[in-house]
Parts: sequence; structure tokens; C-alpha cells
Amino acid sequence: MEPSGVVNYIPILLIFVIAAGFAAIMIIMSRLAGRNRPTREKLMPYECGVEPVGSARERQSVKFYMVAMVFLLFDIEAVFLIPWAVAFPNVLTRPEWASLKYVFYGEMMIFMVILLVGLIYVWRKGILEWNR
Amino acid sequence: MTDLLLEWLIKIAVIFFILITVVAYLSYIERRVASWIQLRVGPNRVGPLGLLQPLADGLKFIFKEDIIPSQANKWLYIAAPAIAIVPALMTFIVIPYGSEVNLFGRTVPLRVTQIDIALLYVLAVGSVGVYGVALAGWSSNNKYSLLGGLRATAQMISYELSLGISIVGVLLLAGTLDLVEIVEAQRGAWLGFIPKWNIFLQPFGFIIFFISALAETNRVPFDLPEAEAELVAGYFTEYSSMKFAMFFMSEYFHLITVTSVATTLYFGGWDGPGVDRFPLLSIVYFIIKVFVFIFIFMWIRFTLPRFRYDQLMRFGWKILLPGAILNVVITATLVLFFPNLIAVRP
Repeated sequence: MEPSGVVNYIPILLIFVIAAGFAAIMIIMSRLAGRNRPTREKLMPYECGVEPVGSARERQSVKFYMVAMVFLLFDIEAVFLIPWAVAFPNVLTRPEWASLKYVFYGEMMIFMVILLVGLIYVWRKGILEWNR
Repeated sequence: MTDLLLEWLIKIAVIFFILITVVAYLSYIERRVASWIQLRVGPNRVGPLGLLQPLADGLKFIFKEDIIPSQANKWLYIAAPAIAIVPALMTFIVIPYGSEVNLFGRTVPLRVTQIDIALLYVLAVGSVGVYGVALAGWSSNNKYSLLGGLRATAQMISYELSLGISIVGVLLLAGTLDLVEIVEAQRGAWLGFIPKWNIFLQPFGFIIFFISALAETNRVPFDLPEAEAELVAGYFTEYSSMKFAMFFMSEYFHLITVTSVATTLYFGGWDGPGVDRFPLLSIVYFIIKVFVFIFIFMWIRFTLPRFRYDQLMRFGWKILLPGAILNVVITATLVLFFPNLIAVRP
């Protein structure tokens, strides 16, 4: 029969090992089976056939960093939303917690309103604009 | 304990084997569906009906020359496709493929394992694949790869938000993160014939989930980061042979993952008529539902033009994210005032 509890997490370890082994085998296989005749042209970075101009390690636009920051904030909101969403129907269906219903609901709504104000701020500031 | 370990290993091996075959044949199916939609015949030379085409492609990939560009960060370059593919494979062990069958005198549930945070695990592990994309773009030492990688990463994280928040709607109805219990909660029917699937209770949540899934897997109309005309091949420009194949495969693995999750969350998973008497029907229903979704994904790919990058980001942040949040607010309000919508009873 199926166990319950922490034992059920062991297959995650098993599949991690199996998948990592599979990836390693694929990489090694092509190293061994493919030919290996490097020429100067083959090893150059591809730039539609011309000689590459400039370095690839220059500074990139700050837009990507901003998107990552804003993503982080809203991901934290999602991280808080998920356990609340799992607990909320359990609170609603158990009579011993019936008095907490509105507190549960109201508290998360206040949290989301605060974050919505944050989204409106980011929107108005133009971070979500041009090339975004 | 050892026969439990054996059971897990056998199930993982079976799922692994089936998945690799399905992914290889998905490339064939995609080319066939593309050709039918475009009024031509697809690959039909290699083997009967072209069915050995993926085998030929696989062999070609193995025997091609494995090039590592001269100034690339060697170990990151080699590790990036592995980082992309391993998380994509890890999500399949928590999805319930069917109900229970009786094999060799024991009741074997048709899933590898049942963990109580299954949905969160799928989201979390799926997100780790973004590292592979970013590292591939950076380590290739190619401006086009870097730009393609950054843009793909920015796109994937933006749509991951609406994916995560649209799932909250289903959680409010189910009260658990366990995918097995979410499927169990969708069994039965209203009025005798309308199945209790979450799609009828969460239509907007499903639409937001579907569109976010399209963007997460970098499929048209959101596939600018790998569009040939714009960025050569985006973040995998410098990759050849097996490593390229690994990126390709990781994209198909993600596709199967999101379609399986969509089926499980919104369309009742393995549920269907007659499952109680013939448990093997459950896995048939699951496969049919997943393939219907995969077909819809491919249909969309060959019908719609692609979004420009700024249109894509604007859509994700200004339309989908507020839409997902609104879906959560409305669902929470409705669940508060009509608690009989909740499917899970303690």
C-alpha cells in the first residue's frame, strides 16, 4: 500500500539522479560519436557570416534587471497567496473556525490592495513600457 | 521498504521511457500537423508514413560535430542544456495518470508518488529551467545569444507570475495542493451529466493559465526569443548536436508538463465515464485529454502570427497579471458567500 508522509519524497531524489545521468549520457555520447575537426571559422561566434564586431560581454540594458526586480516582488505575493488559498476553503468548511471567515478574507484582500498599489506605481513610472 | 523502492524505480523507468518516445514523436507530430494545416504532406519518406523520422533525426544529432566556441565559458556552456532538461523531467513524478489498477495481486495506483505539495513542486521545479536559458545565452559569448537569452528569460519570468496566480483560483476551490486530491474532487457530476470539472467554475482562470502556458513554453504567438528571422536562433545559436537536441527536448517536456497540469487542474485529470468499473480507462482518458491540448497548442502555432517583444511584455504585465489577480479576488469573494462551491470536504 502507499505510504504517507516524508517517505513519498524519495522518488524526487531518484528521478533527479536518473535525469542527471540521462543528461550526462547524452552529452558524453555526442562527444564520443561526433567528429572533432575544429577550424577557425567553426569556432568563431556566429554573426551572420561576417567577422564579429565588438565584445559580447558589454553592459546590457537595465530594463531586464527592472523586470527581474518587479517579478521578485510579485512572486513573493504569489508565495503568500498560495498557502492562504489552501487554508481558506478549510476555514470556511469547518464550523469551529466559522468566526474567522471574514478576518481571513479581509486580511488577504488588504494585502492584495497594497500590492496592487505597488503595481499601479510601477505602471505609472513607466517600468513596464518601451521594448517591454 | 525494498519492494516500495522497486515499485518506484519501475514506475519511473516506465514513465521515462514513454516520455522520451513521446517527445521524439512530438516533433514528428508537430511537423505532420504543420503540413496538414499548411495544405502539404509532411515527412513521409523515412519508414512507413514517415514514422522513423524521429529516429533518423536522433541519430543525426548524435553523429554531428560537437562544437564549443572559442571564447565560451566552457563548463557553463556544457552545463546549461543539462540545467534546462533535468527540471523539465523532474515534474512528471507527481502527476496522477490514472486511478488504481490491480496488478499481480496488489493495488497499484497509476502515479509514481503522492506528495502533499504536488502543485507547488511542479511550479517550483519548472521555474528552475529558466536558469538553463539564461546561462546558455550568457556562456555562448555571442551577442545574439545573450540578447535572445535575456529576452527569453524576461518573458518566461513575466508569464510565470500569471501562471502561478491563476492556479490560486483552483486552490480556492480545492483546498489542497495535492494533485491526486484535486482530481478526486472533480469526480461526479451535476444534474447527472455535467462533470464537476473546474473548467466550469474557473473559465477565466483557465484562459489565463492557457495563455501563460503558451508564453512559458516559448510557443507561438510568444516565440520571439527563438524566431529565426529576428535573432538567428536566440539563445541556442551556438549549440550543435546533442546539446541543441536537449534544448529542443526540454521545450517539448515543458509542453507535456503544462498540458498535463492543465488537464489535471481544469479538466478532471483521468476522470471520465466508466472509470470505476474499468480502471484502465482512466489512463486512456488522461492521454486523450493531454493530446487534445497538445493538438490545440500546435494548431495555434501554425495559425497565429507572433507578437513583437514589447507587445508581449505589455500583454503579460498589464493585461494578464491584473486579470489573474482579479480572478483570485472574484473567486475568493464567491467562495466566501457560497461555500457549497468548494469541492473538498474535511
